[in-house]
Amino acid sequence: MDLLRFATAGSVDDGKSTLIGRLLMDSKAIFEDQLEAVETTSQNRGFDYTDLSLFTDGLRAEREQGITIDVAYRYFATPRRKFIIADTPGHVQYTRNMVTGSSTADLGLVLVDSRNGLTEQSRRHALILSLLRVPHVVLAVNKMDLVDYSQDVFRRIQDDFVSFSTKLDIPDLQIIPISALKGDNVVTRSENMPWYEGPSLMYHLENVQIAADRDLQDVRFPVQYVIRPQSDDFHDYRGYAGTVAGGVLKPGDEVMALPSGLTTTVAAIDLFDTEVEAAFPPMSVTVRLTDDVDISRGDMLCRVNNQPDVTQDVDARICWMATQPLRPGAKYLIKHTTRTVRTIVKEIQYQLDVNTLHRNQNVGELKLNEIGRVRFRTTQPLLTDTYERNRTTGSFVVIDPANGSTVAAGTIL
Amino acid sequence: MKAHRDYRLTQLDELEAESIHIFREVAAEFEKPVIMFSGGKDSIVMLRLAQKAFYPARVPFPVLQVDTGYDFPEVLATRDGWVERLGARLIVASVEQAIADGVVIDDGKTSRNRLQIGTLLHAIEEHGFTAAFGGGRRDEEKARAKERVYSHRDEFGQWDPKNQRPELWSLYNGQLHEGEHMRIFPLSNWTELDIWHYLRQEQIEIPSIYFSHRRRVFERDGMLLTESDYNPLRAGEEASERQVRFRTVGDLTLTGCVESDADTFDAIIDEISVARLTERGATRGDDRFSEAAMEDRKKMGYF
Repeated sequence: MDLLRFATAGSVDDGKSTLIGRLLMDSKAIFEDQLEAVETTSQNRGFDYTDLSLFTDGLRAEREQGITIDVAYRYFATPRRKFIIADTPGHVQYTRNMVTGSSTADLGLVLVDSRNGLTEQSRRHALILSLLRVPHVVLAVNKMDLVDYSQDVFRRIQDDFVSFSTKLDIPDLQIIPISALKGDNVVTRSENMPWYEGPSLMYHLENVQIAADRDLQDVRFPVQYVIRPQSDDFHDYRGYAGTVAGGVLKPGDEVMALPSGLTTTVAAIDLFDTEVEAAFPPMSVTVRLTDDVDISRGDMLCRVNNQPDVTQDVDARICWMATQPLRPGAKYLIKHTTRTVRTIVKEIQYQLDVNTLHRNQNVGELKLNEIGRVRFRTTQPLLTDTYERNRTTGSFVVIDPANGSTVAAGTIL
Repeated sequence: MKAHRDYRLTQLDELEAESIHIFREVAAEFEKPVIMFSGGKDSIVMLRLAQKAFYPARVPFPVLQVDTGYDFPEVLATRDGWVERLGARLIVASVEQAIADGVVIDDGKTSRNRLQIGTLLHAIEEHGFTAAFGGGRRDEEKARAKERVYSHRDEFGQWDPKNQRPELWSLYNGQLHEGEHMRIFPLSNWTELDIWHYLRQEQIEIPSIYFSHRRRVFERDGMLLTESDYNPLRAGEEASERQVRFRTVGDLTLTGCVESDADTFDAIIDEISVARLTERGATRGDDRFSEAAMEDRKKMGYF
């Protein structure tokens, strides 16, 4: 059994919580006591149906306002796969939550109400999935029951989305007409839409190929922690612990340590008390080397003929997540792989209009939830790839040292 | 030498790798971390993962347990076994002692579970811990579903759910100011079934009360509670011996058991796969008081 992480986003009314409630219920991830609590609440509110959205409305503030305000994680499993859902709200001010939820996703699920068609929010979500290079996207056209399961309505939305998405970078797209409330095409194929010949949503989630999305070519091993037991049994043991960010690393491989540029050979790769034949993403292992080279946290192992950039100038697309706007000249911290460095904002090149995709140049600042292209200069070099090439070595967060908050997410261009 | 077919990991391998990454990240970035140990299966899985993360070196943090005075003896025995195996330092923060010192107030109505909060926060402050690992899982409860892996606590030890730091990729932000600390949840993405599958895969020692055994129990508020001096029978209650096991372990005056014949990991996994009640809803008196019970306790600084 493997693991698929997917991100959903949708407006308050397009039935996202109902859809997730149904996926959880139909895969038996909901227990009787949870179901009873939700049924009671539904009755108390005077509904004549069980409000499935109540399963996922977590915090009291949300229940009071009747909206979802943050990223929530849900879990369910079928005999084929375990699923982690990053469930994010769709309203305008929460772009940052969509970015957060999408950052780890293998698949993005965009939900639209068939009566309204594509909205600003569904476009924004598709754009964010594309910017964060989520490899698989599903557009679920919901509430088909309310448009008499009309193929024309579905086709119109499908055409709209396809023409919009050609401006984006979406490697794999599946469009599915569903009714979350009635269950059409959620787990089983709907008899109400014989004109639709594709898979049900659940079938697609269970079968979409994700293994090929990983980079097994370019070896990137950011050193996270140096293990030196200094015990009698392991007197000379010195291991470099970390999570493989790219490529396949094997004992006997010649590797280069950056930023020093020294070359050495992999002696062994440990996973607890056993040695492994190969380490690949996202394994957490400990690498032992044949030579005693000086390597510490923040350094990176790679191949001699395949190296990341070593640079103090970072050109990136960022999503600004703080109330205080971003302005040139401001100083922050950047955390990139296992390295945290000080940085100064050199230039805001443009701000991206998430609806028209227009690049607004000559903006003096980036505000909360805005996306733009920014140049940073760092005090020490970072070991980077473009985000397009590697989602781990191509991503970073910006931290405001004054209050410790995470103020931006960046993808390197 | 171990090999993986087609360079693929199972979901348990992937969860393990993610948790190990979190342990190492905390070890590298925080001055004074501690593992909060409840004695339950989740905190035992944490110890196992910590052991794997730093092997062959020792786990570089102490283990902190809040002793309610009402702990199951089987749990304390397992704890001692693990502490010895890891060679870790054990710190016990006693609720009894906290009551005696006036750190928390026992008004006779507040459960030991609630008194743990004050005791825990006091211990964290007293020892100056900057990061405290907890075994919380997001699948346990709705409020937990929104909690970060690195969950920031202010100088009063409180959680502010509306002001959480966004958490992207596997880039955890460990910035702290004086007096603040971070709760770390390395098992965030594990479900109850994942925990059991992992315990089986690794053949990990857990308290014997998780497995089916004979025990004298009585019914209270729809739960089966263990007969004990700490938990005198009330009028109309009657104890009898039954074949039971515990799905969670906590304060023995509040933790219910279920009738079960499951005496192996396999049997427990079969039982849970068809269970229709959440582990907390079924057997934890402390979570049943209100729909927002967990959210309230978390804001105050609960695990």
